[in-house]
Amino acid sequence: MLLISCPWCGPRDETEYHYGGQAHVPYPKNPAELTDEEWAAYVFYRDNPKGPFAERWMHGTGCRRWFNVLRDTVSYEVLAAYRLDEPRPDIAQAGGNP
Amino acid sequence: MTATPLPEHPDFLWRTPEPRSSYDVVIVGAGGHGLATAYYLARNHGITNVAVLEKGWLAGGNMARNTTIIRSNYLWDESAAIYEHALGLWERLPEELDYDFLFSQRGVLNLAHTLQDVREGVRRVNANRLNGVDAQWLEPDEVAKVCPILNVSPRTRYPVLGATFQPRAGIAKHDHVAWALARRADELGVDLIQGCEVTGFLKDGDRVVGVETSRGRILAGRVGLAAAGHSSVLAERAGVRLPVQSHPLQALVSELHEPVHPTVVMSNHVHVYVSQAHKGELVMGAGVDAYNGYGQRGSFHVIERQMAAAVELFPVFARAHVLRTWGGIVDVTPDASPIIGTTPVENLYVNCGWGTGGFKATPAAGWTFAHTIATGEPHPLNAPFALERFTTGALIDEHGAAAVAH
Ligand SMILES: Cc1cc2nc3c(=O)[nH]c(=O)nc-3n(C[C@H](O)[C@H](O)[C@H](O)COP(=O)(O)OP(=O)(O)OC[C@H]3O[C@@H](n4cnc5c(N)ncnc54)[C@H](O)[C@@H]3O)c2cc1C
Ligand SMILES: [Zn+2]
Repeated sequence: MLLISCPWCGPRDETEYHYGGQAHVPYPKNPAELTDEEWAAYVFYRDNPKGPFAERWMHGTGCRRWFNVLRDTVSYEVLAAYRLDEPRPDIAQAGGNP
Repeated sequence: MTATPLPEHPDFLWRTPEPRSSYDVVIVGAGGHGLATAYYLARNHGITNVAVLEKGWLAGGNMARNTTIIRSNYLWDESAAIYEHALGLWERLPEELDYDFLFSQRGVLNLAHTLQDVREGVRRVNANRLNGVDAQWLEPDEVAKVCPILNVSPRTRYPVLGATFQPRAGIAKHDHVAWALARRADELGVDLIQGCEVTGFLKDGDRVVGVETSRGRILAGRVGLAAAGHSSVLAERAGVRLPVQSHPLQALVSELHEPVHPTVVMSNHVHVYVSQAHKGELVMGAGVDAYNGYGQRGSFHVIERQMAAAVELFPVFARAHVLRTWGGIVDVTPDASPIIGTTPVENLYVNCGWGTGGFKATPAAGWTFAHTIATGEPHPLNAPFALERFTTGALIDEHGAAAVAH
């Protein structure tokens, strides 16, 4: 089980959280102008790296707030946890848009 | 129910050739799907100048890690067609491959524990029948007749309100399936090359012309990817993005018991599925870990929950001991259906996204993927499963019938 540190509540077991997939996927700026391919990319395509990955978690049984985690998808090491208004820590290959 | 003896362990079922410098077709990944594809390329299309490249050992990936449930009771027409084609092939493969891999059609129960489960189950039974797939709706007392050790008391936390039953479903001895396919493919001239990792692709403009491997460059007229959990990592090296996410999925077995469990029981709601292997182990699985991962191990809290569900459904298993747990990496698509077809790169084909349920499809995956590679066009059975569906929106949403949470 992962030990994840909520930026507000501190370290808690993985079972307290809900996984939300890749972080830093912004809603399209001009939705009306998107092609079908661009919509497909926004709705269905996400990074799937082997290594560091920036992803969203929600503290479901705690403060119920969303935040971001940098986690290695091979070693499962949690490299960083940070609030949505904080910049992504600078770790190579972390996936997603800054 | 009597225990069937296992087939002999095969020592020399296939050659171990050195890779040649070029092939008509290179398949990446010697899991069940890669082996079945090679077999049908040779058998159905006469294409035998084929290599299957495997980074580890033959069928050591998800093929060696799955819980071997075979069924075709999917909801949508497209899925029913391809999984039922697979079941038809399973029924004749032991004879065709001259190898008894213990395909045992002991039936599968998919339990319903809520009113919504009941409605979904009844709807699926009707959909299955319209598609010529054997399916029945059973009330709790009928469920108990099929599987007497199942607790159908109304006093459990999530009582069994009924179940769908597919009598032709079952299990097979997965390793032996792989070895049976490998032996025939090898006899037909296919080179099975283990310890050979594909690390990149050789391209001529927008066309793939070969692969870079840990054992050197190999030229190829066509390249088919059948790398399961690693599909997206691999495809990216060819410049192709796939809408799949890799998740750990785990399973476990108990020590050996007398034959007590006559069928396969799956429950989507309390989330456990259980069958009894030919030797006597209870084989159990549950859902994927929520997060992306390549670690080939699963989380302990998933085991804890599936055990709680199993013991409530099967009080007789309360004192069974876990012998072994393990994990595989499965590639999950947004609609829980596979992707089989062409890619934006010419001569590069992909078979992936089978998620938690591709073992049952092994022969049909091979059949249709071989057709696609041989002709450059999809077979009618895999045409709906093209990559383009994520752009057109013609999704095949099988989250319900896929039966494993993801
Ligand atoms: C715990 C568990 C339980 C499951 N239970 C069921 C079930 O009951 N019923 C069911 O239908 N399905 C089940 N599945 C799913 C099923 O196992 C998979 O969908 C199916 O095995 C995928 O196809 P495959 O056999 O070709 O994959 P694999 O056997 O994983 O084959 C892919 C191969 O590609 C190789 N490879 C990857 N990258 C490279 C590279 N770069 N170069 C060379 N080789 C490479 C891998 O080493 C691997 O051997 C389960 C899976 C798991 C993990
Ligand atoms: Zn919190």
